Amino acid sequence: MKRIFSVTVENESGVLSRVANLFSARGYNIESLNVAPINETNLSRMTIVTEGDEAILEQIGKQLNKLIDTIKVTEYGDVPFVEREMALIKMHTDLGTRAEVLRIVDIFRGKIVDVSQDSYTIEMTGDSNKIDAILNLLEPLGIKELARTGKVAMIRENKK
Amino acid sequence: MKLTGSQIFIESLKKEDVEYIFGIPGGAIIDLHDELYKQDEIQFILTRHEQAAVHMADGYARVTGKPGVALLTSGPGATNGITGIATAYMDSIPIIVFTGQVPTPLIGNDAFQEADIVGMTRSCTKYNFLVKDVKDLAYTIKKAFYIATTGRPGPVLIDFPKDIQVAKTDFSYPETIHLRGYNPTYHGNLKQIKKVAKAIASAKKPLLYVGGGTILSGAHKEVQKLAKKLKIPVFTTLMGIGAYPEDDDLSLGMAGMHGTFRANMAIQYCDLLISIGARFDDRITGKVSEFAPNAKVAHIDIDPTSISKNIHVDYPLVGDAKLVLKEMLSVLDEYNKIDWDEVRKPWLKQIDKWKNEHKLAYNTDEEKILPQYVIEKLYEITKDDDAVITTEVGQHQMWVAQFYTFKKPNRFLTSGGLGTMGYGFPAGIGAQFAHKNKPVYVFAGDGSFQMNEQELATLVAYDKPVKVIILNNGFLGMVRQWQDLFYGKRYAATNIEVQPSFVKLAESYGIKAKRITKKSEVEDALLEMKNYKGPYILDAVIVREENVYPMVPAGAPISNMLLT
Repeated sequence: MKRIFSVTVENESGVLSRVANLFSARGYNIESLNVAPINETNLSRMTIVTEGDEAILEQIGKQLNKLIDTIKVTEYGDVPFVEREMALIKMHTDLGTRAEVLRIVDIFRGKIVDVSQDSYTIEMTGDSNKIDAILNLLEPLGIKELARTGKVAMIRENKK
Repeated sequence: MKLTGSQIFIESLKKEDVEYIFGIPGGAIIDLHDELYKQDEIQFILTRHEQAAVHMADGYARVTGKPGVALLTSGPGATNGITGIATAYMDSIPIIVFTGQVPTPLIGNDAFQEADIVGMTRSCTKYNFLVKDVKDLAYTIKKAFYIATTGRPGPVLIDFPKDIQVAKTDFSYPETIHLRGYNPTYHGNLKQIKKVAKAIASAKKPLLYVGGGTILSGAHKEVQKLAKKLKIPVFTTLMGIGAYPEDDDLSLGMAGMHGTFRANMAIQYCDLLISIGARFDDRITGKVSEFAPNAKVAHIDIDPTSISKNIHVDYPLVGDAKLVLKEMLSVLDEYNKIDWDEVRKPWLKQIDKWKNEHKLAYNTDEEKILPQYVIEKLYEITKDDDAVITTEVGQHQMWVAQFYTFKKPNRFLTSGGLGTMGYGFPAGIGAQFAHKNKPVYVFAGDGSFQMNEQELATLVAYDKPVKVIILNNGFLGMVRQWQDLFYGKRYAATNIEVQPSFVKLAESYGIKAKRITKKSEVEDALLEMKNYKGPYILDAVIVREENVYPMVPAGAPISNMLLT
């Protein structure tokens, strides 16, 4: 079972290592991990995608909470939430493929953010399925380089 | 007035009522030692190995309930301390370890005696700090003591670079502290307490499972009230020994791999298991899927991660054992009309039957020395002395747990979680600093004793009357026992007959010592040791291949006991 944990932590040195260490020391899996400061002073938000059975996921939640640098842990399971990921994709292009790449990027509402004679760099945002889908289509056309951010997520507000 | 980092260190420790600091000096803490030298409120105890220094701080903490403090130099001083820190971590003991560090501009340069001790100890401390600015020092020390002693206690390390020790700033020690990410739950949820109380009141065959958390929380009185009020039998873990008087009728002794027959049987047949400050360690549960198969489980623990970690818990209750039990006892007043003696009769009758089957025993006809006999005899001659007993790790540790009758908490010191050979002797020395004018006895195996025997010098230097009984079988006995029972008696690398004369070794330090080989010598030797004013080493040569029974093979159900 996959689960996304969003963890608000003190923005201090060693925090990332404490979180990573928790996963490695207890044999849990990290599928992706994203961390960046948020607008409140000295806080960062980590988004961790992990996998395990119900008991392991419960333990992961508790262990994350136990860390002294952890302010808040949110689990994305049953409640509706929004998740997004960004990818930068550098494509080999030639006269034969440029038009096709553009078409695909257009269909997926991606953006070309850098162009050279024989390459396009594409910025693609969406949920992970969407990113996987465009990568599937671009793959045969020649991906040169790929960088993905990993997921970030937020709970949807109750709509009245 | 501005103070240096070293002066702030001392003033802060005074504020925390620190009496002793255990450790060894070095280049990276020479400034701290220079300040320590200039004052006499805090005494520095010079050990002969850093591991032993940390165990001494740990032994001091276990007897007093106050945090123990160690001061180690950078690099090898710090890394030597890691086993001591990990030992305290596994048993949730509050200690503060200060380590020297190379000057901040050199950190990361592979400088002389540099080690990334903060990185290395991240997984065996409750929290750790690197002080990068002298302005943060006082607050960091306050935080360290606060974190170490609150919630589920544990070791905290402060890495203290050399340049910070001489840098100056204004000193004020914070009175209070708030950490937004750290708020241990002390008071249990009242609704949940009522639910558990109801479950306890309606259970036919309840059983109390008492762990080290009970001692850490000081909840032993409440546990005793609960047990006596509702007539609930009690077993302890190794760490819980002393939380319930073992001479009481409701006591089943220790459960687990080398637990009593009655305790292990009670686990398998109880219908409600009430765990207090214990964590369902594999040495207690045996095969998890067959542990307490007929029981609902209630679990009181201050650490939510302990609950439902190893086994499914039906009634989780997060909170401090003492506070939760206090509330629970008042809730249970609702059930005062019930005649518990009557209700509990069938269950206690069954318990009594188990009590009389397969009692802990040994061959009393043996003319050589059996370890169990030595332990029983020591209990007989010390039972009114409020003695602290420490152990190393292995067979002798289990025999002490089985054959010494503990009646008070904080009197049995042992490395339960990490199982650190070399713990007991220094922990006994640390305990003696706290247990002033009262006796401390160390039970050691010959293997374990040799892991920190250099501390004989510390005993002499501070003239501490610690008594050490070496139960000497010339084997790494517990491993040999496994080889005997499960590995076709192939004693691979467990024969340690090559050993010093422990008597001559002790005498070379100026310590009184004696070697005995016959049962008939035991009582006199123990009395002589007890009545001797200074430190004493008793080398008791025991039957070489005596085994610890009962024994549950690792991974087998807890009722699957080898009895002889």
